[in-house]
Amino acid sequence: MEYLSLFVKSIFVDNMIFAYFLGMCSYLAVSKNVKTAVGLGAAVTFVLIVTVPVNYLLENYVLKANALVEGVDLSFLSLILFIAVIAAIVQLVEMIVERFSPSLYAALGIFLPLIAVNCAIMGASLFMQQRAFVNIGEAATYALGSGIGWLLAIVGLAAIREKMAYSDVPAPLKGLGITFIIVGLMAMAFMCFSGLKI
Amino acid sequence: MSLFSKKNQEVLLTPLGLNNPVTVQVLGICSALAVTAQLEPAIVMGLSVTIITAFANLVISLLRNTVPNRIRIIVQLVVVATFVTIVSEVLKAFAYDVSVQLSVYIGLIITNCILMGRLEAFAMMNGPWESFLDGIGNGLGYAKILIIVAFFRELLGSGSLFGFKIIPDAVYEMGYLNNGLMLMPPMALIICACVIWYQRAKHKELQESSN
Repeated sequence: MEYLSLFVKSIFVDNMIFAYFLGMCSYLAVSKNVKTAVGLGAAVTFVLIVTVPVNYLLENYVLKANALVEGVDLSFLSLILFIAVIAAIVQLVEMIVERFSPSLYAALGIFLPLIAVNCAIMGASLFMQQRAFVNIGEAATYALGSGIGWLLAIVGLAAIREKMAYSDVPAPLKGLGITFIIVGLMAMAFMCFSGLKI
Repeated sequence: MSLFSKKNQEVLLTPLGLNNPVTVQVLGICSALAVTAQLEPAIVMGLSVTIITAFANLVISLLRNTVPNRIRIIVQLVVVATFVTIVSEVLKAFAYDVSVQLSVYIGLIITNCILMGRLEAFAMMNGPWESFLDGIGNGLGYAKILIIVAFFRELLGSGSLFGFKIIPDAVYEMGYLNNGLMLMPPMALIICACVIWYQRAKHKELQESSN
């Protein structure tokens, strides 16, 4: 039950995009059509599910005070280690996917390398550190929920932007301006989930 | 070549206006929106990004001829992560309250696209001094947008600036209320959209042709 609650909460209430603005850069750049949006969303979810639990283990068995050696606190290294783990895992995931599922690789292809510098991935690891989840299951559930929330947000925006092609937007708002306003309105809609409890 | 030749001034100043990293290059949006509910964290964030961008640009520009092309992303990430760790530890030591408010967003400067964007687009191709100026310019351009957005959000959302009350009590007695929505995430996006709207209405060459 706790897992379900955490899962639903990380999709709707603590949505990566609408509550924390994580991964905005690629969110705005790759949301012009639904198909590529689904590809990027799936890739982000996938990488999140792998990196957050790995960083959770690293955090709890290496970096925390007294975790590795009695009396040593390595937590100041967490930023560098997290980003190194993320970059390495993205590289690894890319190679594995390429070897075992060429069709998935072709679908995700260009997005995978970009994900290393997507703030949603790093952000999820930092939030995992900040919220101090009690076990690896919670960390993995949080990662899955955040990933699906991100996927939902980018697919929704891409669907709206596809329709926007037919609208008459004032010239200075065209492109970036109107996209910001749409995301703002979507964020307002998502605010009605706040306080949701299961 | 003098230190502040015409070209260098341009490198320093265009990111403040016509080539602003947030509103024109669309870099670093994530943190720009998240830390702007109040002015103080916005300014601290802007300064941190300026310092980190400037020094990361400087270091990468010095290394640009020795780093093999294949591993440059990792090298860039490590350099940036080192500076971010330094800034984050300094903030924790000297401005603990602000560092708590900024929470994960200081760590997220590592993945801030301004950093990687400028390193890739500028520092890999230019000398150390120009790169340093480019970093300062882009950092300040980013800080400028943060400060504008934070100014309106704090003023309209809590009636104060830097935590000091600005709107007098008499106005509240006449029935004025703070707009709580201003402090919520959606309004950051909408105010930022208004800034973009204003800038593009003034500079027609920045307008995009399609939606």
